[in-house]
Amino acid sequence: MTVRLDAKAPNGPIETRWSRHKAAIKMVAPSNRRKHEIIVVGSGLAGAAAAASLGEMGYQVKCFCFQDSPRRAHSIAAQGGINSAKNYQNDNDSIWRLFYDTIKGGDFRAREANVYRLAEVSLDIIDQAVAQGVPFAREYGGHLANRSFGGAQVSRTFYARGQTGQQLLLGAYQALSRQIDIGTVRMFSRTEMLDLIRIDQKARGIVTRDLVTGRLEAHVADCVVLGTGGYGNVFYLSTNAKGSNCTAILRAYRHGALFANPCYTQIHPTCIPQSGEYQSKLTLMSESLRNDGRVWVPKSPEDCDKDPRLIQEEARDYFLERKYPAFGNLVPRDIASRAAKAVCDEGRGVGPLINGQRRGVYLDFADALRRLGHTAVEERYGNLFQMYERITGEDPYEVPMRIYPAVHYTMGGLWVDYNLMTTVEGLFSIGEANFSDHGANRLGASALMQGLADGYFILPYTLPNYLASSELRPVAEDHPEAQRALQEVQAGIHKLMSAPSPKYGPDWFHRKLGHILWEHCGMGRTATGLRQALKEIPTLRDQFWSEIKITTDPQHINPTLEKAGRVADFLELAELMCIDALHREESCGGHFREEHQSPEGEAKRNDASFSYVAAWQYSGNLAYPTLHREPLAFESVTPSKRSYK
Amino acid sequence: MSLLRLTLHVWRQASANEPGSFQTYQANNVNEHMSFLEMLDVVNEELIEAGQDPIAFEHDCREGICGACGMVINGVPHGPQRATTTCQLHMRHFTDGQELWIEPWRARAFPVLKDLVVDRSAFDRIIDAGGFISVRTGSAPEANSTRVPKHDAESSMDAASCIGCGACVAACPNASAHLFVAAKVGHLGVLPQGQPERHDRVRRMLIQHDAEVFGNCTNHGECEAACPKEISVNWIARMNRDFLKANLIAPKLPKNT
Ligand SMILES: Cc1cc2nc3c(=O)[nH]c(=O)nc-3n(C[C@H](O)[C@H](O)[C@H](O)COP(=O)(O)OP(=O)(O)OC[C@H]3O[C@@H](n4cnc5c(N)ncnc54)[C@H](O)[C@@H]3O)c2cc1C
Repeated sequence: MTVRLDAKAPNGPIETRWSRHKAAIKMVAPSNRRKHEIIVVGSGLAGAAAAASLGEMGYQVKCFCFQDSPRRAHSIAAQGGINSAKNYQNDNDSIWRLFYDTIKGGDFRAREANVYRLAEVSLDIIDQAVAQGVPFAREYGGHLANRSFGGAQVSRTFYARGQTGQQLLLGAYQALSRQIDIGTVRMFSRTEMLDLIRIDQKARGIVTRDLVTGRLEAHVADCVVLGTGGYGNVFYLSTNAKGSNCTAILRAYRHGALFANPCYTQIHPTCIPQSGEYQSKLTLMSESLRNDGRVWVPKSPEDCDKDPRLIQEEARDYFLERKYPAFGNLVPRDIASRAAKAVCDEGRGVGPLINGQRRGVYLDFADALRRLGHTAVEERYGNLFQMYERITGEDPYEVPMRIYPAVHYTMGGLWVDYNLMTTVEGLFSIGEANFSDHGANRLGASALMQGLADGYFILPYTLPNYLASSELRPVAEDHPEAQRALQEVQAGIHKLMSAPSPKYGPDWFHRKLGHILWEHCGMGRTATGLRQALKEIPTLRDQFWSEIKITTDPQHINPTLEKAGRVADFLELAELMCIDALHREESCGGHFREEHQSPEGEAKRNDASFSYVAAWQYSGNLAYPTLHREPLAFESVTPSKRSYK
Repeated sequence: MSLLRLTLHVWRQASANEPGSFQTYQANNVNEHMSFLEMLDVVNEELIEAGQDPIAFEHDCREGICGACGMVINGVPHGPQRATTTCQLHMRHFTDGQELWIEPWRARAFPVLKDLVVDRSAFDRIIDAGGFISVRTGSAPEANSTRVPKHDAESSMDAASCIGCGACVAACPNASAHLFVAAKVGHLGVLPQGQPERHDRVRRMLIQHDAEVFGNCTNHGECEAACPKEISVNWIARMNRDFLKANLIAPKLPKNT
């Protein structure tokens, strides 16, 4: 397949690009819409918003998720908030400023036109959510309240206690439910997409497995939308829900969809540190905590195992406030994470010793409790404090929290053009599953914004353009291509179930893979480490295929089989991530190549050579994908050294 | 750090149509920092390596918010700790040598699918029947043009915190889902945006509730005690008032469009 990377981003004045694009694209008349079937895989913020909107417009939508209910998609877990350039605080916010902060926050590795559009529609998202009944925090006068998040000097984050993702998802889920009742959307819960069906070079359907009965099925449609979320779980320990996976986007990659910037992983600075080997996930403490919590470690390593309350003010190092006075504790996540790792590497970390190192820094609310009082702090962060207490057994009102960076979000994903279409015709990708908008680092509270922007306000315009301008001959489930895909999935399951010398369940392999990635493709990367990982991953993959053990049959609920399939895909994606990380000889955002840093230890970009999106094409050999470059043009902002000092 | 040895009696049932029974397993080396689900993960890895069928249970976020997990531990939904989901229940709350009985939610409206996994799709159908505000995407009024008193927003949020896990149903002697329905009715009903459909909403949802063979509420209050999000039974009283009013003022139920 030859690929031409055409971003289709309009040019001219950035402020009017989206409106001019909308005016120019084709539409489908209301009476013709019900003749079109659309498959939406995923019911998180992106998928639920898209399925509900398309259903309401009159298309016939089939929506899929692997959980028992769309309301449980991973988006439900987002805590801190969602950005919007409403400027309700009168603190000089604007669409332009949100655009600029996002571009800069992403270390100038995102596409300008997309990001501007995101900032523009961010206003409508809040209107939409409020109309749906999302109980955002309010001021006493009844107006919406805001707080601030990392990487911004304005207060533009809307929130519903520490459960913003939950409330936004329930809003989208309820909109989806309404369409399910009306009959425009058919919902398939507990159904996993295992392959893409391509007919005449176009995406025309998916193969699914019913997770209760094990039944495999082909579903065909006029086009397919993937809103299947991020792949941070490839690291095993991450803040993602356990089921988050890369299966859908990896199968799309194998079918010719390009995979962009796979190595861009966001490490979140405020997670609860790991406590032991058995651990299954890491828990995020929302970034909003850094509004009032102060981050510090002892100045001297001798103090590291002392009760923090007994360490005097002058013996503490508030390292973020010291190094970055302009943003202080609210520097972006990549900066805060690296700073925390650096002090722990210096031997000044706190908490239990794990492999000879203390991996934790304090997030201290003592000042805030004195300044605001217990009630106000509880009102702002109560549920997060409770969650911390549940997990660690320590009371953060009494002793400072301990936090450490953890894998959180993946900025890489399927390459999409301005219409959110991948390089496979008729295959769209939205939300965390695509690569657009965040560059090399995502600012807080902008993933929810992107998921909903894609689902409510962008795809419903750009997808009809595809339907209206393509020749789509009718196809049915018994089409030879659909049947072939079905048989391949069947064979894949058979292979998983019949390894030659079965020994271990999928978690065993997943933990090993996670360890390789965290060591070599985590917060700091070197050419030597990445080459090492590229040796270890294929070996582990071979071992997986010979020793994976699944004991239950595939005709029943079989969580081991589900996990094994996902781990098999992670084992392929991991290699691609390392290949991408190795080729990118610069540091930017979440991608920190230790060879490329300033004398002060800050990331050193190389705009002259790497100001592009790296989009990888599957070549038939996992080790040798083909690189395509989408050059990034910055017409509205000038890439500058990213400084938060 | 102390390690615990536990005896687990776990409900095993191969599928909806087969009978189930308790099986006993030994969990040694349980670290006190593990979550309850991590303890089960370890047992499951041992089962797989021994060639046996691991225990099926539901989970996803493991942060107490997605509502997927849930099992009855020694007779209590989500286990002994108040206001805590099973994924957030840590083993430091158990003692060495303890025996645990682990079962799925029990309710006619929640058929067991396998082991500890039950079918809760009835909840979705109740929401489909009217648990929303009808608004077109893309044409909502400016957000600050709808002012919501802080107190109402907070109170709405209290109800909106429901995670739909089903513990309320499992705890109720009648297997009623009134707390779940009341939470949704309350969440939307205290907001100005929720007023136009307020009465239709409560009627539609309660009709669907009954059609799903959930039982009736007879004020036991067990639901509130089991709710990991501490949703108050006062919401049920409020729902009942709305329902009464709805029957008085909106006798005809229009078809949802
Ligand atoms: C703990 C935590 C806190 C966060 N807090 C914030 C925050 O405060 N603000 C912010 O902006 N962002 C936050 N984020 C990030 C944000 O939540 C996610 O990026 C976003 O919700 C992703 O939405 P999505 O719709 O793309 O995917 P998801 O919500 O992950 O949905 C994926 C959907 O795809 C389905 N799916 C996946 N694979 C398959 C398959 N093969 N077959 C069928 N279905 C499939 C799933 O069932 C699910 O319905 C947070 C993330 C985490 C982990």
